[in-house]
Amino acid sequence: MATTFHSALQSLRETKVWKSIFRRGPANTNRTRSLAVFGNLFLHWMPVKVREKSLRVRASYYLGSISFILFIVLFVTGILLMFYYHPAAPHAYRDMKDLQFVVSNGVFLRNLHRLAAHLMVFVVFWHMFHVFYRGGYKPPHEFNWIVGVMLLLLTLFLSYTGYLLPWDQLAFWAVTVGTNIISAMPVVGNKVRFLLLGGNIVGENALLRFYVLHVVILPLIAFFFIGIHFWRVQKDGGLTVKPKDDDGKE
Amino acid sequence: MEKNKIETGLSSDVKKEPRRVVFVTKKTSAKVVGERGPQLMTYPHLLIREAIAFQVLVIAMVLVALFWDAPLEQLANPLITPNPAKAPWYFLGLQELLHFFPPFVAGILIPTLVVIALIVIPYFNVNIEGEPLWARRPAQNLRTILIIVLALLALLAVFHAWTIFVPTALVAGLLVLSYAARLGEKGLLQSLGTKPLSWWVMTWFIAVSICLTAVGTFFRGPGWSWVWPWGTHAG
Repeated sequence: MATTFHSALQSLRETKVWKSIFRRGPANTNRTRSLAVFGNLFLHWMPVKVREKSLRVRASYYLGSISFILFIVLFVTGILLMFYYHPAAPHAYRDMKDLQFVVSNGVFLRNLHRLAAHLMVFVVFWHMFHVFYRGGYKPPHEFNWIVGVMLLLLTLFLSYTGYLLPWDQLAFWAVTVGTNIISAMPVVGNKVRFLLLGGNIVGENALLRFYVLHVVILPLIAFFFIGIHFWRVQKDGGLTVKPKDDDGKE
Repeated sequence: MEKNKIETGLSSDVKKEPRRVVFVTKKTSAKVVGERGPQLMTYPHLLIREAIAFQVLVIAMVLVALFWDAPLEQLANPLITPNPAKAPWYFLGLQELLHFFPPFVAGILIPTLVVIALIVIPYFNVNIEGEPLWARRPAQNLRTILIIVLALLALLAVFHAWTIFVPTALVAGLLVLSYAARLGEKGLLQSLGTKPLSWWVMTWFIAVSICLTAVGTFFRGPGWSWVWPWGTHAG
């Protein structure tokens, strides 16, 4: 059975259509496996080869990959949630109730989005601390460390702007407490707060601004920085491998 | 058939694969400290791991999302202030700081300094050599650090910032113990004695952050007063 499936897959990979899509036949030699990576738009930023040591779980705990996976999950669930959401007060709150009582699996969708968001904040912090302890910020990785700090801030802003969107008491007061801190900024504090909220209090304008930041501006910037971050991992010579890893143990 | 089997071995043909030759000096050692070692093809070895990570993570999250419901409180109402009004958990450390210090210090100055400190880490030659704190002039280093730590602890005590005081004192205590154990037999304290200064600073920062966040999340009730998470309180 397995061999039948395998040979069917093989002959599929030999077809003209397959080759026209993937620009290669089966990836069964190191040459075609290299082609599989750099001939593919979504993989071309990856190195063709990676150090065996950097693949070990302890080298990274795959925290960077997990952060990105969470970002993808958030992207997909976020777009689905947008189908049911109006960024207007108090309509936004009614949409939450609709997700709960009207939309099939609406609560599940919201649960998944919220869970992935909180996990992402946690994992991105963990990623940063782990990279620090591994010495991953050292030359030639300096710039990528900064990109990483930017991505941490973007993660926090993304999570925080999303926090307001359900428009319940929890959301409203969390954002009120947070944005009040901005007023403590010398000279421009109140102006910046007014700009962010579109008014002096957290109201309808604030909801709309947070929504636009959350679904358009911040994700776009995050995508941009994630691209740079991944690309630089390869350009800077891959993950940092510690001399300690030479002992042959995990 | 045999040809199409995925190779599990390493691609390390010395003749086909050029080796990077680097002139190593003491200053540049960090760049090349990770000797390259054997390599594997990204396709399939890295990609299969990413795919497995993706599937495991999504399955686990789906299971949790089926049973753990996102909270939804009453409609937002500017006239009813909950007590305490709390930010999301990752900002509760900052909110806890606001309890001790003026808003400008806790809300603007400290976060800005933390972000700047994170950004400049790679440019200040932090720990390029990874030299243990007690490698050279240990007694002198200990004295300098103790003076700084005690001054910091005194400052924190003046502000009654016990949430920062306790983890700071704990990390400082470990540091002193690692000094005492630096020459002793192998063990946890002895291995702490091999850590560089940057390790201690980051560990202190993480300990304080975790303590602030945990206290802000679980131990703060109405009027930001101390409560026990298992106690009953209105709010």
